[in-house]
Amino acid sequence: MEDSFIKELSRFDSFDFPSFLKNVSRQDIERILLKETLNELDFLSLLSPSASEYLEPLAQRAQQYTLMHFGKVILLYAPLYISNYCNNECLYCGFKQSNQIIRRKLSVGEVEQEARQLAKSGIRHVLILTGESRKVSPLSYIKECVQAISQYFTSIGIEIYPLEESEYASIAFSGVDGLTIYQETYDRDLYSVLHLRGPKRDYQFRLDAPQRAASARMRQVNIGALLGLAEFRKEVFFVGLHGRWLQGLYPEIELGISFPRIQPQAGGFLCAHPLVDRELVQSLIAIRLFLPNVGLTISTRENSELRKNLIGLGVTRISAGSCTQVGGYALKEDGEGQFEIADKSSVEEVKKMIKQKGYLPLAKDWQAI
Amino acid sequence: MDDKLIIAGQEIRSRFFLGTGKFASYPLMRDAIVASAAHIITVALRRIDKQERQENILDYIPKDCLIMTNTSGARNADEAVRIARIARAAGCGNWIKIEIIPDNKYLLPDNAQTILATEILVKEDFIVMPYVNPDLADARRLSDAGAASIMPLGAPIGTNKGVCTRELIKILAQEIHLPIVVDAGIGRPSHAAEAMELGAAAVLVNTAVATAQDPVATAQAFSLAVKAGRIAFCAGMAMPKDRAEASSPLTGFFAITWKIHL
Repeated sequence: MEDSFIKELSRFDSFDFPSFLKNVSRQDIERILLKETLNELDFLSLLSPSASEYLEPLAQRAQQYTLMHFGKVILLYAPLYISNYCNNECLYCGFKQSNQIIRRKLSVGEVEQEARQLAKSGIRHVLILTGESRKVSPLSYIKECVQAISQYFTSIGIEIYPLEESEYASIAFSGVDGLTIYQETYDRDLYSVLHLRGPKRDYQFRLDAPQRAASARMRQVNIGALLGLAEFRKEVFFVGLHGRWLQGLYPEIELGISFPRIQPQAGGFLCAHPLVDRELVQSLIAIRLFLPNVGLTISTRENSELRKNLIGLGVTRISAGSCTQVGGYALKEDGEGQFEIADKSSVEEVKKMIKQKGYLPLAKDWQAI
Repeated sequence: MDDKLIIAGQEIRSRFFLGTGKFASYPLMRDAIVASAAHIITVALRRIDKQERQENILDYIPKDCLIMTNTSGARNADEAVRIARIARAAGCGNWIKIEIIPDNKYLLPDNAQTILATEILVKEDFIVMPYVNPDLADARRLSDAGAASIMPLGAPIGTNKGVCTRELIKILAQEIHLPIVVDAGIGRPSHAAEAMELGAAAVLVNTAVATAQDPVATAQAFSLAVKAGRIAFCAGMAMPKDRAEASSPLTGFFAITWKIHL
């Protein structure tokens, strides 16, 4: 693409992250706490070890910003896995090609059954997911599924293999209003180590996908890094920069950032840089302070107790009653999920938890037009 | 004094309008509406779910209120028009607040697209209340297009910064012969009173009420401030001055001297 985030990333090629992060002082954090608008180095400073000592005042500020932009409201959504065939070999993923799991692709009729069941539970925003196989799950199939389930949901997002801009435009036209795509890691070298085979090895094609979707007038664009693959401070910094860069170029998009933290799954991948809860919280708060108006998502990868505590800190969207295996809702299939779910609460239980926290659980915040 | 607010031929009972986003619960929102005695209540179509049986936002809006659907989420005139049509088809009436925001960072409206949407929706018999950046030429265009009122922003949505656009609001209130409803940015009851003192016909608040520690009491405080500001405006308040001026004139004795000479 003419203008790519890869150019932004290259500004930091020779930047000494460890030394910068080590030298952030308590005074620096106190100064940043007084600022109204943060620059990129302020943001990086908030990801430093020194900033972790200021988690409480930073959390207070994060809550204030979230209230101002989103109020006391949490939007619910659920994933709908329609196929787990995949052509990639991503070391950390349960769906990777070499994994000996039961492969399944739902028929359009089965997808509708799943959708009906999910809608019965009160879910109105859905995220369609596939493994990354264009051959098994071509765009035409995904569009057919979208058409079949559009009567059940008011917002349909996709988390599938990256598309060309014209394809994003065409799927948006068919009724999809949101794209979720994670870069997994912004570290190019590590990316190539983790993605052994398949089209996903193309780092830049994936990196530019949110931009192509925004350019194709996709309404909602959700980005993130799979936390735990690389050192989190640098990863979260690049996620934030990527978000701000997209917002600058495409101010009309509703930008979202997710915080998927790697969990154990089939294939026995060992997480090299596990994050403790405190670090996840620091990441979330730093993003909120840098990008006050961005939607922040936490999925059922995290347990119920932590999700409850994250609500007041800046999260605006959480998944509920999720199954990550294909055919998990109505068809009750047992196959392997993409990752292990930590919060197995039903939609009703999640709603109750949100209310207990003093927030309004919201099932619908978009109307397909 | 007969000081009724009439919009599109309908008498509006309160000059305080309330938005329904950002509340922690629907019962709390309902209590805030009741406490403020607001008549016009705005609801985003994106939040209205006719299929929701358990907790439908519309069930928590008192029946004697007038629901004005807003086009939140529209990025251009075409989307705003489509949202308005869906809202009317869904039984939400024909009062529509046009909100066209192509910038999610600052949530500032697009006046040019708003004028376009107003022209279309007025022809389709909607009662159109456009949310705009305060601009006199655009307000005249909206007036010519048949808008029922003009809703200029006081400050960006949700910022609680008050009437940052006060000079422009004052000009609109003086020059436009439509009700001027200051919408967005109003963070405190004193801001609302200020807008009314400038000559606004009404004020719309959402964030400042919904995210207050006590939304019900805050809604009531806003409602009272709006009334006070309106009474002050109608009473013809004295102009502010840079220097002190004695209540008893210092040259009052001249009158006495003149009488003596006469």
